[in-house]
Amino acid sequence: MSTIALPGRRRTYLNTDYAIRSWFLTTDHKRIAVLYLVSITLMFLVGGAAATLMRLELLTPDGSLVDSETYNKLFTMHGVVMVWFFLIPSIPNVLGNFLVPLMIGARDLAFPRLNLMSWYIYVVGAAFTLWALVDGGVDTGWTFYTPFSTSASTTNVVTVVVGIFILGFSSILTGMNFIVTIHRLRAPGLTWFRLPLFLWSTYATSVILVLATPVLAVTLLLVAVERVARVGFFDPTLGGDPLLFQNLFWFYSHPAVYIMILPGMGVVSELIAAFARKPVFGYKTVALASVAIAVLGFLVWGHHMFVAGISAHAALMFSVLSYLVAIPSAIKVFNWTATLYRGAITLSTPLLYALGFIGLFTIGGLTGLFLASLGVDVQVHDTYFVVAHFHYIMVGGMVTAFMGGLHYWWPKMTGRMYSETWGRIAAIVIFFGFNLTFFPLYILGYLGMPRRYHIYPPDFQMLNVMSTAGASILAVGYFLPLVYLLASLRSGKRAGDNPWDVTGLEWQTSSPPPKLNFTETPVVSGPPYDFIGRAGRA
Amino acid sequence: MPERTVPVRTCFVVCAVLLVLTGSSVAVAHVDLRGWNTLIALLVAAIQALLVGQFLMHLRWSPPVIRLAAVAGVVWLAILIVGTLDDILTRGWLAVPGK
Amino acid sequence: MIGQRAERGRGALGEQFGTFEQQHQSEELGMWIFLGTEIMLFGGLFTAYTVYRTVYPDGFAEGSRHLDVLYGSVNTAVLILSSLTMSLAVRAAQFGRQRALTWYLLGTALLGVLFLAVKGLEYQKHFAEGMVPGLVWQYVGPLANQVELFLFAYFVMTGLHGLHLGIGVLAVLLFAARARRGGFPAERHAPVEMLGLYWHFVDVVWLFLLPLLYLFGLSS
Repeated sequence: MSTIALPGRRRTYLNTDYAIRSWFLTTDHKRIAVLYLVSITLMFLVGGAAATLMRLELLTPDGSLVDSETYNKLFTMHGVVMVWFFLIPSIPNVLGNFLVPLMIGARDLAFPRLNLMSWYIYVVGAAFTLWALVDGGVDTGWTFYTPFSTSASTTNVVTVVVGIFILGFSSILTGMNFIVTIHRLRAPGLTWFRLPLFLWSTYATSVILVLATPVLAVTLLLVAVERVARVGFFDPTLGGDPLLFQNLFWFYSHPAVYIMILPGMGVVSELIAAFARKPVFGYKTVALASVAIAVLGFLVWGHHMFVAGISAHAALMFSVLSYLVAIPSAIKVFNWTATLYRGAITLSTPLLYALGFIGLFTIGGLTGLFLASLGVDVQVHDTYFVVAHFHYIMVGGMVTAFMGGLHYWWPKMTGRMYSETWGRIAAIVIFFGFNLTFFPLYILGYLGMPRRYHIYPPDFQMLNVMSTAGASILAVGYFLPLVYLLASLRSGKRAGDNPWDVTGLEWQTSSPPPKLNFTETPVVSGPPYDFIGRAGRA
Repeated sequence: MPERTVPVRTCFVVCAVLLVLTGSSVAVAHVDLRGWNTLIALLVAAIQALLVGQFLMHLRWSPPVIRLAAVAGVVWLAILIVGTLDDILTRGWLAVPGK
Repeated sequence: MIGQRAERGRGALGEQFGTFEQQHQSEELGMWIFLGTEIMLFGGLFTAYTVYRTVYPDGFAEGSRHLDVLYGSVNTAVLILSSLTMSLAVRAAQFGRQRALTWYLLGTALLGVLFLAVKGLEYQKHFAEGMVPGLVWQYVGPLANQVELFLFAYFVMTGLHGLHLGIGVLAVLLFAARARRGGFPAERHAPVEMLGLYWHFVDVVWLFLLPLLYLFGLSS
């Protein structure tokens, strides 16, 4: 298929070649980012469908919509799909893939073909998981605790576990690619402390991706082997220890939650700086805080096991360390606030999302500290309090940041502006719907409603109904961008190189960028977020 | 023109040392030294790993970031093992019933 | 597209790189990060092993006594020698000596296959003795459960290691074939170096497996 060069039409990464082959065999990081965007959106719909059914079921206390077995399968698939096939790849594989080479002034990532392979691995992993879903589902919870998952469950555990195992390699390759790229492909003059904070967060996330994911891989491998061979490390008849599984599982899964927040923090730093028109307060501190979160995040996994039977000594250690890991996160929140102070603020759609992030992440983070306290955790472990906590961080935090970043870089990725009116409406609807959905869950958990149950005492119904009502509003809120962002591709105003009038190498090239990103290698001579001397925006 | 070539002699010497160390480790394992057996065996393995890493994998002449990457895996594995063992070895330490 | 890259010739500079030096350094860092992930992969198994050895020391010692130290030692020597041939192969590649490179790679592959053959014989012996958990388990004794846990650890750890070694052997053979066609001139020796890193890593894993699996319980 020949490429059509219309007179006067600029060649970008989007119109260089329209052939299907050119998309599915691309090594262009920007096209791979788009492939990921489509894939994770589809998986988000799958995970969202499971959540919808769950919230509908929870409208009544007596379990009328689905039976217990089906409910178990719903919350399992919701967790598996949202964690591994939506959240973990979201910002890194969409925004990270698109922006990392642009932000460092490179033509592509260090290993473009591995990047494409990462996407195909993602697709294969998703296929296995969707197959398990269609073929009867899995009822173990996304945490696959043994010995239920290895000995007792009669569902498609092996299929799902294989799917996640495969997906893990997509994560590992992505992380490795980013680390090498940021180390080796920076433009001349781009020293570490001139990097945009999004890259610091991406780097920290990548370190977690490469060090934690292999442990998940081998642990799930052991689960699969034990189901097939009917013998293994977690076999209670042999003296197998359920806590061994939990230690191995959470050694990955706790750092995984930092994979699911650090990139969001990186995006928020960019958004705050752009729409307060100020450099981020305490740049170096925020950069190093990202690394601190990544490192400290590996030392706290036992806080998921406080009531599982670990020793008091271990519980104490993990509790103290969990308090410690909150510090760098809190530092970031303070620094963002200080950045906003006396800034020239524009309440654009991306900034609305960023502000939402700060508020919701703070609530989620503080409730994390409640959970890190041993006494409180004994009361609220395995209740809706925990569910509310992690949804405030993952949805109120990460998904919100993802939406903010998607809007902020939408003009760069597509060359089009979206409708600012609809953008703001959606952001506000999402914020309102989110809080109505998840705040009642804190109360429910504190009052004692356990998680993963579809039957509950009638006293809890009102709060559950509020939550489901909120969920329907939230669904509308997420649906809106799907519509107006797609519409902008056709009818949105064409964007210039730098529609927000900010600094950053990605804004020094056209929107959308050409295939090799820059016409000539940029040279960096100053700090990021250099707003001095730039004309203020109306 | 090649940046770091390991001299042939070094390859042979290192591998000879590795063989000798293996033989020693196997021999010592037959002697009952109580708790020291495990420590010695692992120490020998660690020294062997160091020799392979430094000389055969060129760490000795590698830039700091490469050496950091090499060390990071080992350190992180240590975190996993220590954290997991912390629980197992300290059951009953603190006067909390059942823990 | 991928096709455009091939047009620039094998071993050419990727368009994302500015210099060959940058490409080599990137590949080296990438390979070491990959080896770091492998440490964590095997690490999960080492952790499980450590936990059970700590709580079931007698059972694990008994299990270890059912392994043949001779097989383990011979295999260790074979792998060490293969690291020698691999080092010499890397050297040959660095100097652009394609024929020497080919022979050293073939030697490495041969030793790798020898290791796998010895391992196969070992597995066969365990099968004949009825000591393969999940397949045929006929061991009886007071610590039978813990011995079974040990043997499970043995098979999973050596199995994963063997898988890595097998992949390594295949890669070495592919590289040998390419070297025979002169595919690794001195300025494009980097892939051989990377292969060498992988091979030595697999060797180091075994150097830890030997004492943990074979040398435990010998003195009792």
